[in-house]
Amino acid sequence: MPPASPTPYPLYRAEIYITLKPSVLDPAGTAITKGLQQQQYEGVQQVRMGKYIELTLTAPDPATAHAQVERMCQEVLTNPVIETYRFTLEAGQ
Amino acid sequence: MNCAIVVFPGSNCDRDMAWVTEKILQQPTRLVWHGETDLGEADLVILPGGFSYGDYLRCGVLARFSPVMGAVVRHAQAGKWVLGVCNGFQILTEAGLLPGTLMRNRDLRFICDQVAVRVEQRDLPWTCQYDVNQILTLPIAHGEGCYYAEPAVLRELEQGRQIVFRYHGVNPNGSVADIAGICNPQGNVLGMMPHPERASDADLGGTDGLGLFQGLLAWYAENACRTRSL
Repeated sequence: MPPASPTPYPLYRAEIYITLKPSVLDPAGTAITKGLQQQQYEGVQQVRMGKYIELTLTAPDPATAHAQVERMCQEVLTNPVIETYRFTLEAGQ
Repeated sequence: MNCAIVVFPGSNCDRDMAWVTEKILQQPTRLVWHGETDLGEADLVILPGGFSYGDYLRCGVLARFSPVMGAVVRHAQAGKWVLGVCNGFQILTEAGLLPGTLMRNRDLRFICDQVAVRVEQRDLPWTCQYDVNQILTLPIAHGEGCYYAEPAVLRELEQGRQIVFRYHGVNPNGSVADIAGICNPQGNVLGMMPHPERASDADLGGTDGLGLFQGLLAWYAENACRTRSL
């Protein structure tokens, strides 16, 4: 009888939002603010522009997946000098 | 003085650097592909300008994971010279060899220009051929050259005399404290946005950058200790 193949780890999907720290000037956001205000959106107060990253990964359990995404954010995906991040994690596709 | 110039996918100033070290200064020079892990007998390692990995994610961040970077970090930790120019400076900050980061230029434009740069320190191999407060004319060509660091880090840079070059008169990109180039506390790692290698050949419009490389040669010839005494 062949050995049972290991059960594949489940798939998780992370949606990561990266933004500049509030203390860091955002010249692109400022330019967008002015552009919107010139397009008659005078009510626009402030624009902060960031990055959005979707990634999927397999992991043995949600806690491990969460810890891995956390580490990726800290070590690679963001620059802690100027950026902060938050993410959501869900099971599946 | 053995020179190793690291070539990342997207580097575009590697040959300009080699022109200076090999053809003008007549020093043994090797172009090292980023996939290599051995820098050989290099005394000076140069991370040249360009757009490594297309500047994807953030300028310099993906180059940091290139196989060669382990050797570059060890080279720096051994007190040997590492020069990062433009994208090379961005890589050095992402790799944690220099503090702070380079952000989008204040006016959101890529700037290709000649700028006035003031020499702030001269007890370093990089600047020993210049005078303090000497004004150099050097080319810049960058979209993300606005240096930023938290106030506490800036204070450390000032106190440690790690600010090596500042923009003079006009600050082209919004860098905090007009910073154009910084070194680590030991002085053996230098990152700068202006391009000294593009101002080293009289036939190409200026030689104000050549003193940096000549300084290294002079220091190399005279000093067993290759870094600033702390």
